[in-house]
Amino acid sequence: MTVDEVVAELSDGMTIGIGGWGSRRKPMAAVRAIVRSGLRDLTVVSYGGPDVGLLCAAGKVREVVFGFVSLDSIAYDPYFRRARESGSVAVREYDEGMLQCGLRAAAHRLPFLPIRAGLGSDVLVLDPSLRTVRSPYGDGGPGEEVVAMPPLRLDVALVHLNRADRHGNAQYLGPDPYFDDLFCLAATRRYVTCESIVDTAALAALGPPQSLLLNRMMVDGVVETPGGAHFTSCVPDYGRDEPFQRTYAAGEWDSFADRYLSGDEAAYQAAVRS
Amino acid sequence: MTLADVCAVACAEVFRGDGEILASPMGLLPSLGARLARATFAPDLLLSDGEATLLSVDGEAEGWLPYRAVFDVVAHGRRHVVMGANQLDRYGNQNISCIGPHSRPVRQLLGFRGAPGNTVNHRTSYWVPRHSPRVFVPAVDVVSGVGFDRPGGPFHDVHRVVTNLGVLDFGGPDRTMRLVSVHPGVSVSDVAERTGFPLCVGEVRTTRTPAPAELRLLDSFDPAGAREREVPS
Repeated sequence: MTVDEVVAELSDGMTIGIGGWGSRRKPMAAVRAIVRSGLRDLTVVSYGGPDVGLLCAAGKVREVVFGFVSLDSIAYDPYFRRARESGSVAVREYDEGMLQCGLRAAAHRLPFLPIRAGLGSDVLVLDPSLRTVRSPYGDGGPGEEVVAMPPLRLDVALVHLNRADRHGNAQYLGPDPYFDDLFCLAATRRYVTCESIVDTAALAALGPPQSLLLNRMMVDGVVETPGGAHFTSCVPDYGRDEPFQRTYAAGEWDSFADRYLSGDEAAYQAAVRS
Repeated sequence: MTLADVCAVACAEVFRGDGEILASPMGLLPSLGARLARATFAPDLLLSDGEATLLSVDGEAEGWLPYRAVFDVVAHGRRHVVMGANQLDRYGNQNISCIGPHSRPVRQLLGFRGAPGNTVNHRTSYWVPRHSPRVFVPAVDVVSGVGFDRPGGPFHDVHRVVTNLGVLDFGGPDRTMRLVSVHPGVSVSDVAERTGFPLCVGEVRTTRTPAPAELRLLDSFDPAGAREREVPS
C-alpha cells in the first residue's frame, strides 16, 4: 500500500488515533497524506506532537482528544496553539494516564476502567460526561471513589514502526514502544507505516521477540515509508531533525506548506534533502 | 557559588528521605537536584535518562522504563515528581493547561500532561524558576495538579515548592503555602512582593548553601553552566 491508499480508506468525521509520543516516532508520512487529502472534521486522539499541529494547521480537525501537545525539544506546537487560541478546534483534554486507560477500555471492550487520575482536578469539570464510581469492595465503609474512564474507541489507528513484514508483523527497535499496540487494539482499522518492509525471517534477526510489538491480527495495512516519521525521531534509524523542527515551529504556515507540503511524500522527502 | 547552585541544592533537598523510589524531575534544575541528591544523601533514588532507560549513579543502564511503565509507577506510588507550574495558588493547585477560559484560551500551554494523576497518586513538588505574581496567583485558571482544598484522595502529597527566591511548604493554615526559607540575599518581603496572594510566613531560615563537594558535583553534571541561564544570579 501507499499512504495515499491508506488515506483513501478514511472518511470525514472519523476518529483517528495516532501513535508515537510528542515529537517521537509519529506516522508523519500518513499525517502528510491526510493534509493533502480532502478529509475534514476528524477527531484526533494522540499523545500529541507535530501530528496534531499539522492536522490543525491544515484545517482537518474538528476535535482533539489529548493529554498534551508538545514538540519535546520545543515546549509547544505553534499550530495547535493557534487553533486553540482562535477557537477553531474542540478539545477533550485528559490526564495522559486517562488516555491510556480509555484506549485500554476500548481495547478490552469494556464500558469503563477505573483510574485514580482526574479526581479533584478540572478534568472532571471540563468533561462533565465523566463519571466516578465507588469500589464495591469497601472495608466496612464506603469504598474508594475512582474515575470510571469510558472507552476511547478509534475508527482508525495510524502508527509508525521501524520494521514490518508485509503481513503486518511490526517491530520497534528504539527504547520505547509508546502505546502503539494499544492504539491498534482500540481501533477498527489499523495501518502501520515503517522504515522498511522485510521478510518475516529478517524480523527475528533484527531484534528479540519482544521487539515485535504488533502482530498481523492487529494490523490491516502496511506501508513502507522511509523517513516516514520525519521530522520526529525514529531511533535507531534516525533522530529528530531539530533544525527542521525549528523551521516548522517558526509558525510560518503558508511558506512551510508551500515549500514542503505542496507535492506528494516523495516530493516532501526531496524538499527535505535539498 | 551562584544562585543557580543554591536552587539546585534546594531541589535536591526535596528528595531527602524518599528512599528507593523513582525521582521524576521535569526541567534542568530539578534534574540537577535529583542527581545531586542521589550522588550524596539519597543514594537509593532511581533516575531515568529522560527516555526509557534507568541509569545507575555510574551511568550504566540498570532498568527499562518506557512510558507505559512510568504510568504503572505513578499508580503504584513509589515516585516523587518535580513539575513546573505556569500558575500555582496558595493551596498548591497547579496549572499547566492553558491561561484564560478553557473553551478558548488566551494562551494554550502544554495540557494536563500527567499532573492530575501524579498529584493524587504520589509525592509532588514544584520548581518555579521565576517567582512572580503571574505564577503565584489567587486562583489558577485550570486545575491540572490538585491542591489541598480539593479532594485529593488517600495518596495526595504535595510536598515543596522551590523557586529562585526560596522554598515553601504547605504548613500554613488549612494546608496553605508557607515560606520556610529564603535564598541568600533574598528577604521575606522580596518574596511577599512577588507572590500574588497573602504569603504565610513560617520560621524562615536561609536556604542552605552548597558544600564544596556538592559544587564539584554540579560542575561535573553541568560543565557548560546551563543552570546559570535558567537562574541568572
